[in-house]
Amino acid sequence: MLSSIGIILVFSILALSLFIIYNAYLDLKTPNQLVKKSIYKLSLFQTTFTILSFFTLIIGFINSDFSLINVYENSHTTKPLFYKIAGTWGNHEGSLLLWINILVLFSYLFLVFNYKHNKKFRLYTLISQNFLILGFVIFLLLNSNPFSSIYPVPLEGLGLNPILQDPALAIHPPLLYVGFVGCSIYFSAAMASMLSGYNGKKFASSIKSWVQISWCFQTLGITIGSIWAYYELGWGGFWFWDPVENASLLPWFAITALMHSLMVLEKRNVLYAWVIILCLLTFILSVTGTFLVRSGILNSVHTFANDPSRGIYILLFLSLMIFSSLIIFFKKYKKESYSFNLKSRETFILVNNWFMAFFLITVLIGTLYPIFLDVLTNLKISVGPPFYNIVIIPLVVPLLFLMGIGPQFSWIKLKNKKFYKIIFLILGAALINIFIYYFFGRYSLLTNLIFIAAIFLILQSFVDIRKSINKKIKFEYPRIISHFGFGLLVFFIGINHQYSFEENFNLKVGENKKISNYEIYFKNIKIEQNKNYKAVIGNFKLFDLKNNFVQYLDPEIRIYSNPETLTYEAAIKTKITSDLYLTMSNVSRSDYYNIKFQNKPFMIWIWISALIIAFGGFVQLMLKKNEN
Amino acid sequence: MSLKKIILLIYILLITSLFADNNKFEVLEIYKNLRCLICQGQSIADSNSDFAATIKLVVQDQINEGKTKDEIYSFLISKYGEWIVYQPTFNKNNFLLWVLPYLAFILGGLIIFLIVRKNKHNQAQ
Amino acid sequence: MKISISQIIAFSFVVFFLSILWLGLKNNNNYDTKSLIGNKISNFQLSSIHNNEFISDQVLKENKFTLINFFASWCAPCRAEHKYLLNLSNENKEIKIIGINFKDKKNNAISFLNELGNPYNFVAKDLDGKASILFGIYGIPESIIVNNELIIIKKIVGPIDQKQYEEILRLIQ
Repeated sequence: MLSSIGIILVFSILALSLFIIYNAYLDLKTPNQLVKKSIYKLSLFQTTFTILSFFTLIIGFINSDFSLINVYENSHTTKPLFYKIAGTWGNHEGSLLLWINILVLFSYLFLVFNYKHNKKFRLYTLISQNFLILGFVIFLLLNSNPFSSIYPVPLEGLGLNPILQDPALAIHPPLLYVGFVGCSIYFSAAMASMLSGYNGKKFASSIKSWVQISWCFQTLGITIGSIWAYYELGWGGFWFWDPVENASLLPWFAITALMHSLMVLEKRNVLYAWVIILCLLTFILSVTGTFLVRSGILNSVHTFANDPSRGIYILLFLSLMIFSSLIIFFKKYKKESYSFNLKSRETFILVNNWFMAFFLITVLIGTLYPIFLDVLTNLKISVGPPFYNIVIIPLVVPLLFLMGIGPQFSWIKLKNKKFYKIIFLILGAALINIFIYYFFGRYSLLTNLIFIAAIFLILQSFVDIRKSINKKIKFEYPRIISHFGFGLLVFFIGINHQYSFEENFNLKVGENKKISNYEIYFKNIKIEQNKNYKAVIGNFKLFDLKNNFVQYLDPEIRIYSNPETLTYEAAIKTKITSDLYLTMSNVSRSDYYNIKFQNKPFMIWIWISALIIAFGGFVQLMLKKNEN
Repeated sequence: MSLKKIILLIYILLITSLFADNNKFEVLEIYKNLRCLICQGQSIADSNSDFAATIKLVVQDQINEGKTKDEIYSFLISKYGEWIVYQPTFNKNNFLLWVLPYLAFILGGLIIFLIVRKNKHNQAQ
Repeated sequence: MKISISQIIAFSFVVFFLSILWLGLKNNNNYDTKSLIGNKISNFQLSSIHNNEFISDQVLKENKFTLINFFASWCAPCRAEHKYLLNLSNENKEIKIIGINFKDKKNNAISFLNELGNPYNFVAKDLDGKASILFGIYGIPESIIVNNELIIIKKIVGPIDQKQYEEILRLIQ
């Protein structure tokens, strides 16, 4: 029965989007300055039905209703309730329904909140967004229907992948999708702006909050995903430049660039064409990312189950999106004439865009090149962390300096020179760096520069926040907070990378191993049977010889039955100063266990820094709300 | 101490860092650059598989024989193809991969330069 | 409508980009080393599981074709392919078969061969698996066919099946 309800609801979303497109199109022609009431109603109905359809699926998971194939394939009666619910969007079909929910919700909210804006602009946005909704709903119905039913109804489900049964991963998709999918609305707004010939400044103000929201959630989503990878995947790292990670990072670069360029468009009414391009590009990158992740074209530890038919559909949709936006852009493009003074905030915002574009192109090329080469020459290569690190890291140094210096410039032209303060701060940063260098261990020239640049940005942020508080310039707070967070992030990642150590060795129960100032004693192995898995738990006693205390670590090997999977749970002790990380795996056909022991300084500060970056964005939203 | 002397001191300290302790042979770095062929996107350093364990032994042996990083990579590439290393070698197939990002960077810089220069022109007039 | 150069460039780029994605989708397959033929076997020296005898790469020059098969007693698919190895060794003097016992115990390997038959001209041991790396092996069972110039001319990843058996027969004619 749930199946029928769900399918009916989805069909009504389809029908409603067609009605909305038709009615909006008709309303465009009327001379009335206000959007017809019926369109609001249709949009509200659409939103209601969409949310209901999502709840229908959730109910299916909560009740373990295996008449739905989707529930059967991705759930199990012994799953804890929280993960039954999270299982709704932890699979391809369910997450697609979540996509549609956000598309529809944002469509309605944009219509309503922008009531002060031009009618044609809002109607075109609605039409464009509903074409996107149409595309996704048709995809869902034809190819990835979460409501397809199965008969006879199986008694038990196949289960949810155990590594997905984690609180961080449960909220990671919703957070990320508000970013990923949220940018659809300003894609549509950009199309609308071109079609209705809307004024640049007004366009900027209409989408500003939406860009901000999607940026905040994208940042949060990526951060939570990394935290999950660290705590759950058991390798001790948090970023692998894996195609799925890159797919979420590409839109982030574009949204960041857009967020900065919007300031110029709003303030000085230039860079209109460039802002439009960024709006279009962001959602295009999102859909490209979705294509890469769901079509099976790339080999990754994160991918959903592969199905090439999905790939064909998404590629078709992507092509339609790109071609239609490109054609409309070229038809409506009007050449802008502008120039910026070198010593102006506008120029530095362009510089931000320049760097974001570079990072974006690097990650895009790195991700796509293996496909490109394979298609053209049948050669298979891997492009992994070393490539991205070598190309990107050196340019983070000038970026950090520019992030500190750029905002010192005022709009249009810098009024007075205040460079001596900046040089003083750089020297201060260099001194702190030398201190670290000599007291904690030496490192390469590049690392020196990274630290100096990051510490400079942190110091400059302190100076800026003090000045802003004194002069009560509230609008600078978000920028200072986010840039500060970024400086912290680079600093802590640098320290962590430089001073982490990792040791790999084989040990039998009862054996000892000494590593630097630690001694590890393999006490025993305990076997435990849990609700849906069997755990082989290793008991380790860790002696910290330098600080003279004892720690217990219990890594696990988990054997799940539905589905049959093996996972390695790391024993992680998180402290303010560092994390201790221990994993164990058994060496086949032997009593030995392979132990990996890591000491990772300041791990938690990496997460805190990333959250600070996102927090700056939220402060911006709060300030704007207060303003209204 | 004058400003110039401070700058000079910092400069010298930075230069000495060029000769920093980078001779510590990072086996881990090699393990992280090798791909586990039977895993779904994991390095030899991170993988618990049998294959990864064997590769680690072989790499360790080669290091003890005095082979350099590049020699070890060449050896494994000759056996398993370029897929096994995460850092693409710079050859005629891959040079586009390494060069294009920097070309894009230079292009971006050029665009900004032109925009700023136009302003100077306008100002001059 | 007048079409400018930048429009042509933009469209061509988009078409190129989408075509690559489309072709990549159709082309998609997992990585294996089957196509890594044409390489030369490097020097090696392996000792027998039975005694102190050993073989080196020189032994490959003695026959026109040599099939080197990696197996273990604990490997189930190895049992399935064993009959093809027996056929090759019995009916074909063109090809010599060398077995390399991978990460296994001597007694288990000998029982395995006693039970299923011994198609091997020589059984080498590879206790820690390091020798397999020399041959570019990454899983078992895996077999490679080498000619007398030490060049790998065929790689079979996974157990030999009927189709591959026939291909091998064709190859060594």
